[in-house]
Amino acid sequence: MGPLLEVRDLRTHFATPEGVVRAVDGVSYDVREGEIVALVGESGCGKSVSALSIMRLIPRPSGRIVGGEVLFAGRDLLALDDEQMRRVRGREIAMVFQEPMTSLNPVLTIGRQLTETLEVHLGMGETDAERRAAELLGLVGIPDAERRLPQYPHQFSGGMRQRIMIAMALACRPKLILADEPTTALDVTIQAQILELLRDLSQRFGVAMLIITHNLGVVARYADRVNVMYAGKVIERGTARQIYHDPRHPYTLGLLRSVPRLDLPRKARLDPIEGQPPDLVRLPPGCPFAPRCKFAIPRCAHDLPPLMPVGDDHLSACWVAESLAGPVASPAR
Amino acid sequence: MSETPASPTPLREAPGPSARPLAGVEGSPPRTILEVRNLKKHYPVTSGVLTQRVVGVIRAVDDVSFVVREGETVGLVGESGCGKTTTARCILQLERPTGGEVLFEGKDLARMDEGELRAVRRRIQVIFQDPYGSLNPRMTVGQIVGEPLTVHGLVADRAAALARAADLLAMVGLSGNLADRYPHELSGGQRQRVGIARALALEPRLIVCDEPVSALDVSIQAQIINLLEDLQERFGLTYLFVAHDLSVVRHISDQVVVMYLGKIMEIADRRSLYEDPLHPYTKALLAAVPIPDPTVEATRERTVLKGEVPSPLDPPPGCVFHPRCPIAIPECSQGVPPLREVRPGHWAACIRV
Repeated sequence: MGPLLEVRDLRTHFATPEGVVRAVDGVSYDVREGEIVALVGESGCGKSVSALSIMRLIPRPSGRIVGGEVLFAGRDLLALDDEQMRRVRGREIAMVFQEPMTSLNPVLTIGRQLTETLEVHLGMGETDAERRAAELLGLVGIPDAERRLPQYPHQFSGGMRQRIMIAMALACRPKLILADEPTTALDVTIQAQILELLRDLSQRFGVAMLIITHNLGVVARYADRVNVMYAGKVIERGTARQIYHDPRHPYTLGLLRSVPRLDLPRKARLDPIEGQPPDLVRLPPGCPFAPRCKFAIPRCAHDLPPLMPVGDDHLSACWVAESLAGPVASPAR
Repeated sequence: MSETPASPTPLREAPGPSARPLAGVEGSPPRTILEVRNLKKHYPVTSGVLTQRVVGVIRAVDDVSFVVREGETVGLVGESGCGKTTTARCILQLERPTGGEVLFEGKDLARMDEGELRAVRRRIQVIFQDPYGSLNPRMTVGQIVGEPLTVHGLVADRAAALARAADLLAMVGLSGNLADRYPHELSGGQRQRVGIARALALEPRLIVCDEPVSALDVSIQAQIINLLEDLQERFGLTYLFVAHDLSVVRHISDQVVVMYLGKIMEIADRRSLYEDPLHPYTKALLAAVPIPDPTVEATRERTVLKGEVPSPLDPPPGCVFHPRCPIAIPECSQGVPPLREVRPGHWAACIRV
């Protein structure tokens, strides 16, 4: 059986006064049933735009999906008409956003927002929908549903609002949840609660999850497989272990080395990636990371490396990936 | 971006290779530059439209005391709503404290009028979290960095201010041709460097860094932290580093103050705090930080802290942490635990340690 979600050579571009921004530029990845996959990268790498492209929520007319396929359970979502796509959103693929306050309707009670989803997508009657809404709140760890359902979003804390978002995402029992920085706006003790909750629910209901994040720590504990993105491209893909213990792209290695780690002795000095991320309007002809890369060879400046296998299920878009094997690339160094 | 060697500068270089006093190093103890004593900032909560009645009070900062010594970095850490930013704003006198003292070089800022404060403000500068929101979008980078010099009358004319701005930009690793650009033309990391250059312009003794790297990408965060450390070494600067990221605070701080719901839970030097934390809140906070290593995470004991931070309008009686505390006993709700020195230099506000 093929993967649940397969993104193939996706290209999403934005027209700006400065020129065309190639936010997502030939990206491919997949998510298997029940699996947790991560898209990791820094701001502007295209991770969120790629998720919005899956849902076809790219702001038009400036943004446009100019190429590629998004195969979900065998169907190409990019070929669906708007009505068919509406039925996919929320029902088959749900989304959890970073800022729950802006994604919840401030003037509707959370009970109404939950029952509306159930009534629209599943055609439930009012009584059934209300019972199910209460059940969903229980599932995401909000006690006292009877009292909570008639309340408005502002009466909940940030962590609770994110739980409500997750309840809404689960409402129609989707096969896939796209979680875009689901814990970034939350305090660290609440982050841990939300991530544990997401993983429990994913396992319990067999929901696959695509977690989009800039936080390497979040991904380590929860993702089965990881895609690292840079400048609109996936530059490395592998299992969490491969990515963290045997990174084969200098950018991945640089990211891992630049963060101070609580579990290791304090370094006298941090090891940053020098330079700035590239301008997406004026990408260099070769590898977009080459200007910041410590391992670059002359070829990197003009020849764009494709994703190439470097191990079982492990791919890297780097001409010198082989030489990164072994202790040279120990992220803890 | 390479570190450009600085041009001649009136900023005084620190004597010797390291001006950072390290705990336990022999010689005269470093001077206290800032002392916060029993600082309180309470906000009244009012109700009613025409007749405003005070119906409650939010104790954003409630009896906070700590010391910052010359040349060191004190990390002020905690979750949102813990009062760390309000504490910083009270030190800067951007908020007037409800009570307590803010002694800078021995003088209480809380009792100074605006005129006296103006003179002191030269010596205390601030770097903000959002380098975009804190830079005037209509001024060029050179004007932004040179402006404090003009405002305080430290340069003869505009040309002198711009010349000095160019030196300052070089000091923070920005090339001189950025001086004519506007903030929106710069990346986040470059903008934060501009914010740092502006803070340095007046040759401050103390720089309050309020979440200076949390809006930046991780690869850029490391650049900025290294820059702050280099500048500290070079000019003997003192930092109060307010942040929520415990890994970053560990890296940069000599002393760490942990806050929760307006109160200090623990104070210790970096090593003691991270290797041997005493307060159950500090322990929970450290346990919650995700480690970017799947093998470590797989074997790591994860004690997920239950519940959420209570409302500051209605804080729990006794120890404010007791409702979430894994080791709380009935006595914890009886009285507010004092911050006491459990070991030399290591303070905790907990009756269970």
